[in-house]
Amino acid sequence: MTFTYEDHNAMHTVVMTKGVPDFREGQVSFDEDGHLERGKTPTVMNPNDKHALRAAFQTKVRNGGHVSLMSMGPPGYKEVLQEGMADVYADDLYLLSDREMGAADTWATAMTVATGLQNLDERPDLVFAGFKTADGETGHTGPQTCWCLDWPMITHALSLDIDEDAGTVRAKRLVDGDVSEIETVEAPMPCFIVADPEFEPTYRKASHRLKHKDLREETQQRAEEYEEHLKVWDHEDLNLDPDYIGLDGSPTIVAGVDPIPKAPSEREATVIEADEREALEPVLDELTPYATGD
Amino acid sequence: MTDAVEEYEAVVVGCGPGGAAAAATLARNGVETLVLERGVDAGSKNVSGGLIYAEESAPYTIDGLFPDFREEATERPVTENLIHNIAGDKVKSFDIGDLHHHDTAWADAVLRRKMDSWLAQQVHERTRETGGGLLTEVHVTGLLRERGEIVGVTTEELDPIKADIVVAADGVNSELARDAGLMDWEEPEEWFQGVKAVVDMEPELINDRFDVAPDDGAAHLFSGDLFDGVRGGGFLYTNESSLSIGTVFHLDSIAEERAEPHELLDSLLTHPLMAQWLGDEYDEREYSAKLVPDSKKAAHPSPHTDRLVLVGDAAGQMQAQGPIIKGMNHAVTAGALAAEAFADARARGDPSQAGELYEKKLHDEGVMDKLQPTGYKMFGQLGEVGPVDDLSNAIADSAVGRFGVRAAGGLLERAYSSPRLISMIPDTKLPYVTLPTVIAEELGEPVAEENTVSPPDLADRIGDLTYDVDDPHIELLDKSFEASGTAVTACPVSAEDFGGGCYRDEMVQTNGSTEHLVSLDTQPCVECGTCAIVADTEWEHPAGGKGVEFNRG
Ligand SMILES: Cc1cc2nc3c(=O)[nH]c(=O)nc-3n(C[C@H](O)[C@H](O)[C@H](O)COP(=O)(O)OP(=O)(O)OC[C@H]3O[C@@H](n4cnc5c(N)ncnc54)[C@H](O)[C@@H]3O)c2cc1C
Ligand code: SF4
Repeated sequence: MTFTYEDHNAMHTVVMTKGVPDFREGQVSFDEDGHLERGKTPTVMNPNDKHALRAAFQTKVRNGGHVSLMSMGPPGYKEVLQEGMADVYADDLYLLSDREMGAADTWATAMTVATGLQNLDERPDLVFAGFKTADGETGHTGPQTCWCLDWPMITHALSLDIDEDAGTVRAKRLVDGDVSEIETVEAPMPCFIVADPEFEPTYRKASHRLKHKDLREETQQRAEEYEEHLKVWDHEDLNLDPDYIGLDGSPTIVAGVDPIPKAPSEREATVIEADEREALEPVLDELTPYATGD
Repeated sequence: MTDAVEEYEAVVVGCGPGGAAAAATLARNGVETLVLERGVDAGSKNVSGGLIYAEESAPYTIDGLFPDFREEATERPVTENLIHNIAGDKVKSFDIGDLHHHDTAWADAVLRRKMDSWLAQQVHERTRETGGGLLTEVHVTGLLRERGEIVGVTTEELDPIKADIVVAADGVNSELARDAGLMDWEEPEEWFQGVKAVVDMEPELINDRFDVAPDDGAAHLFSGDLFDGVRGGGFLYTNESSLSIGTVFHLDSIAEERAEPHELLDSLLTHPLMAQWLGDEYDEREYSAKLVPDSKKAAHPSPHTDRLVLVGDAAGQMQAQGPIIKGMNHAVTAGALAAEAFADARARGDPSQAGELYEKKLHDEGVMDKLQPTGYKMFGQLGEVGPVDDLSNAIADSAVGRFGVRAAGGLLERAYSSPRLISMIPDTKLPYVTLPTVIAEELGEPVAEENTVSPPDLADRIGDLTYDVDDPHIELLDKSFEASGTAVTACPVSAEDFGGGCYRDEMVQTNGSTEHLVSLDTQPCVECGTCAIVADTEWEHPAGGKGVEFNRG
């Protein structure tokens, strides 16, 4: 897929986000069977997406340009976008929303969002996604969107440096494994970035912190009248065939959901007074089978 | 990204009254000014009594620089001013309105969190227009040098920053003044320690109990025998809906007497005289403490070197005019004069002359004379010499002295109100303890009221404070009791036989011998600076935004 818009000179960054139930203590409510009560639980911006938005905000502070926040979801997600604008930063907001898009799985969502990205006036240089949503926990949507765009992708990004002249982005990324390592990679822009939850923006220049302060003030003001900075696009605006989006476009079938049994409230414990060597024998007896892998 | 060192024309470190005045004056002169403050908010680290004075003779006052200051940032003006001489339950009160009003355009009570945050907002707006601005949560750690010359500052949170002038307005525990070798943390004689409690009270109750109109306020000062012979005194100021009650003592006296500062504060809070103002319900909101320089001994006569100028407490410019404490106003004047000096020097094409010009202005504008009065130099210091001191105390306490006090009752009140006489007072027991005690015994009336206040204990006071604990910022270099044991009592959040404070001492058995050792836990530290002087430490402030956060100040 190619973008039609080519001539731009300022960095354009887009962050993808999604609303999730607010799982924090005191906010979330479950019914007797342990099912989430969506109606009673407020919807908030997916916490991991905030890390992504902070990463994008860092590019704005350091390199200037423009940060857009985009989501696909019901009309109520407007407030999720507003939350991102108020709590972190956004120049403008995009909501991809209509009935046809409803009940989409990660694939149909990725298709829709990728189309939304292509529908922007200006081709983004960087698109960010957060690492997994707090409800679905799949971590698929970001990479699948990137696949649709056919861009290079950096996942688990911990920090970023952009070289606008060279048109490249360098990143430190976490390589998971038995031993976690951090590697440095470089990719040409446009590039897709999945921010790690450990992403910490750093501002070691006074001028950057001052700009950060200005921009935070601006975005908070903007968030009060966010609808003036919000565009809502339906499938027609995006020229999308309803058969390929929403429920109809979703190949995933959820076979069933098993509730996670509640942890027993009290554990049985044997107390051993370890004053003498012999007293520790039963402990060793208990542990040996595990040590040998039985 | 460029790796070039950032440069601003001026860097101001600290946004208390000194830093705010300097920054506002630099901005007014079109100087690109960056202000760096370590607190989460300006004021979150600061403590004062506090009455801020606007002196008629001062070239700069805070409301001159910030016209809405009194409207937006202060509490009540002082319309009544008394000093109470105390001996046991006997009290003789003098009206020191004359001393208070001398050279005073106005004086208002302030709470530093509110005052400094408001100032910081103004400062940010004004400096932002110059291309700089104010940043909080930045801890300036020292001076940036090139070939031995000061060219800027280093910080914990940012890359080094260069500037044509560095204004150190970083307060009494200035790391910059120490880095430059202009000030030290050696002599307890050069410092006071101030401790304070803010007590909430409904405005109507305040009006009632202090007999003041809603827009008026009172200032009460206390001295005599209620502080176990420790040299210093107490204060009580009315805010809009709270009282500021505290004590200020000579640090050497606190150290010598092994006094516990929080107990001295409690002695004031529980004195029968206080009952009329405190009533039955005592609602203490914040306990705080900070060192206070004594300009008579600590003010630097030439507070600059290279591109660095010191203003306010950082330069020791804190005047104890008898019982009246004037630090904030001098910090304002000095900050503005330093800024003016830089603007003048820059206009002459030689910014490096700023320091010399600043020093000259301090003298020409009469600031140095207030900070180090000639009367004190001639007579006061003489009174501090051992035999003279002993003799004066003995005379005041003798039958002859007591007769004199009785005969001269009215005269004494006038003497207390004489700025000139007050400036000559030596730092001995005579003015702080002996004389007030004798006055109260000979002229005073017993207070009948019963004081039912029971102040919170130290653990509760610490528990009520807000902390964002970071790595330890103070290192105890010498753990022996001889070197550092004084901190166990002198630290305002430590006490003998109290495990929840910063300093504690213990007997440790090592190879058959017993050692008396001191240990330090900086968690409850209120960053007062006391142990930098009375213990052997490597003392630094915590990182930006870390450590204690005062909500009232
Ligand atoms: C109990 C008590 C009662 C007092 N009563 C009065 C009174 O009634 N009237 C009066 O006029 N004065 C009073 N004073 C003295 C007065 O508070 C000081 O003289 C005054 O605050 C000095 O102002 P300043 O601007 O020099 O320093 P400060 O007000 O101390 O401001 C210094 C600022 O620098 C910041 N800072 C420090 N180090 C760094 C660093 N390394 N990096 C970045 N920022 C840093 C601090 O956070 C702070 O905001 C009292 C003091 C005490 C403790
Ligand atoms: S540890 Fe030192 S600086 Fe901290 S409160 Fe105690 S005496 Fe003050």
